[in-house]
Amino acid sequence: MTLDLFEYQARDMFEAHGVPVLQGLIADTPEEAEAAAAKIGGVVVVKAQVKVGGRGKAGGVKVAKTPEEARTHAEAILGLDIKGHVVKRVMIAQGASIDQEYYFSVMLDRSNRTFLSLCSVEGGMDIEQLAVERPDALAKIAVDAVAGIDLAKAREIALAGHFPAELADKVAPVLVKLYDVFVKEDATLVEVNPLVLTHDGQILALDGKVTLDDNAEFRHERAEMERDDLDPLEAKAKAWDLNYVKLDGQVGIIGNGAGLVMSTLDVVAYAGERHGGVRPANFLDIGGGASAEVMANGLDVILGDAQVKSVFVNVFGGITACDAVANGIVGALEKLGSAATKPLVVRLDGNNVVEGRRILADFAHPLVTVAETMDEAADKAAELANR
Amino acid sequence: MAIFLDSNSRIIVQGMTGSEGMKHTTRMLAGGSNIVGGVNPRKAGETVEIDGKSLPVFGTVAEAMAATGANVSVIFVPPAFAKAAVVEAIDAEIGLAVVITEGIPVHDSASFWAYSCSKGNKTRIIGPNCPGIISPEQSNAGITPSNITGRGPIGLVSKSGTLTYQMMFELRDIGFSTAIGIGGDPIIGTTHIDALEAFEADPETKAIVLIGEIGGDSEEKAAAYIAKHVTKPVVAYVAGFTAPEGKTMGHAGAIVSGSAGTAQAKKEAFEAVGVKVGKTPSETAALMREVVKSL
Repeated sequence: MTLDLFEYQARDMFEAHGVPVLQGLIADTPEEAEAAAAKIGGVVVVKAQVKVGGRGKAGGVKVAKTPEEARTHAEAILGLDIKGHVVKRVMIAQGASIDQEYYFSVMLDRSNRTFLSLCSVEGGMDIEQLAVERPDALAKIAVDAVAGIDLAKAREIALAGHFPAELADKVAPVLVKLYDVFVKEDATLVEVNPLVLTHDGQILALDGKVTLDDNAEFRHERAEMERDDLDPLEAKAKAWDLNYVKLDGQVGIIGNGAGLVMSTLDVVAYAGERHGGVRPANFLDIGGGASAEVMANGLDVILGDAQVKSVFVNVFGGITACDAVANGIVGALEKLGSAATKPLVVRLDGNNVVEGRRILADFAHPLVTVAETMDEAADKAAELANR
Repeated sequence: MAIFLDSNSRIIVQGMTGSEGMKHTTRMLAGGSNIVGGVNPRKAGETVEIDGKSLPVFGTVAEAMAATGANVSVIFVPPAFAKAAVVEAIDAEIGLAVVITEGIPVHDSASFWAYSCSKGNKTRIIGPNCPGIISPEQSNAGITPSNITGRGPIGLVSKSGTLTYQMMFELRDIGFSTAIGIGGDPIIGTTHIDALEAFEADPETKAIVLIGEIGGDSEEKAAAYIAKHVTKPVVAYVAGFTAPEGKTMGHAGAIVSGSAGTAQAKKEAFEAVGVKVGKTPSETAALMREVVKSL
């Protein structure tokens, strides 16, 4: 999993690593915006903090000459819906006197199993558009994960992006610091667009995008970081450390192993074509070696989804034992008692399958159907969801 | 024959004394793997008893290799220490390092992969975040259940562990030469192509099942490779047609970004080079069954 930062978080991270940035303060109310603008002084820009492109066109970025004007702009921007993202926070950024705009990014290049830097002396515009319209203007330079970006490499990248030699010398130290952010923060993307040259000759990172690798959280302090609001069911699943993604459908899915669960969603969607177009309601991987408790927690999350009409439990016991899965189902249904109203279709194979199926047969719950194969189970679950 | 792992494989386990390491060392031994020792610098010199077999614990991979002739290492160390463990395996130039650990930071994987390249890739790395490799009735290096099926003519390479088990189960009456789970992380050592190349060269393997999933372009590259270099029949399966854009589906690498990495694009890439793609695991198994019949 990865985490996309808000612009202000990227700015703060840049500052912490010595990347030159302008002053920027966050505000959650018009009053805070006015105070922040007064503190910064001079011309400021009020910027909506949403993780979506096209903020400017949507009215989410406005220049203010006075603190009063910053307050008025913040009033207009806070609460604005930008492509489905409601603005809850703005950043008050110091105004800049921009001479030129450039582009720089460094990212994970999974196709080549290395890092990749993109750079262009022509920044400010949509970089994907530049890549299509004028590919020669955008340099793509591979970066070795061990050697990284030192001053010489940074200069090579800037020159490849068509920076004049003198300017390349000037931006190179900033690129090195941006690479520091990339490595030290365990980012999979650090992008600056635009990187600017001001009229007084400073290089500044004006707007940044940073994506972080969740797998590296153990070596960073990120517990307090502002994150997007999760769907309530996703939040519940996360609290139990379950790998859950809410989708828009009627058949709840629980399985073990990411690949098998993805495959289960597909098989249910195909079965749904025969049963009124029902779709999978979620992705939920209970992982290898799941205990009865994990199984019960998973069922709890899925049965809490009002859209769910039936549930398909698909387990191939590799490390996971089918009897533990069966016990989890029994435990969850006993706990729910008469509150359990949704039918469950269960397919078990592999490790301890005979015992698992016996437990469910003995339990003989009217809501539980045991199916022999994955296809048969998907069909039954789709049929039940369409009733 | 088989690929990368066979009855001559002598296996050590890095992280053997941890709970996952102990559990799976026990399972591998029960499945017939020749485990010759473990590595843990803090427990060097000790001996671990598992089901009547005593396994020596060494301080380093190099020491373990010198003392036991080990040529395979299975790595179970936790994410924070996994990079150091892989680098140690690379420095010792062991032939095969199977990295089971899930949750390794991608910078660490990128770093040990770059390091391996700089050292001439003398150690084949499988994983991380994978079930490992099994050559049924010969050896098992990883967490794949040993008893799903026996030896046979099919080679399997998959990004997913449980889909590997599922496919072995579906085709259990036919059997497998080797089944490799290459892992679901964005950066992995052995790729679909590496496995295809080895299966093509392996006389025991007569047909190949390739399992992919959303994210990255490994499947598209594999399709191009098959068109040029693979003469044996290949049947493919791709998971994740219903995955929404921008959501990670369990595996760190399983994500559709914009229009890139979709299951549909992968399926089309295979079909464009004449590789049949099953709509479901069972249909994929049925396609392979037909292939095996015609061999």
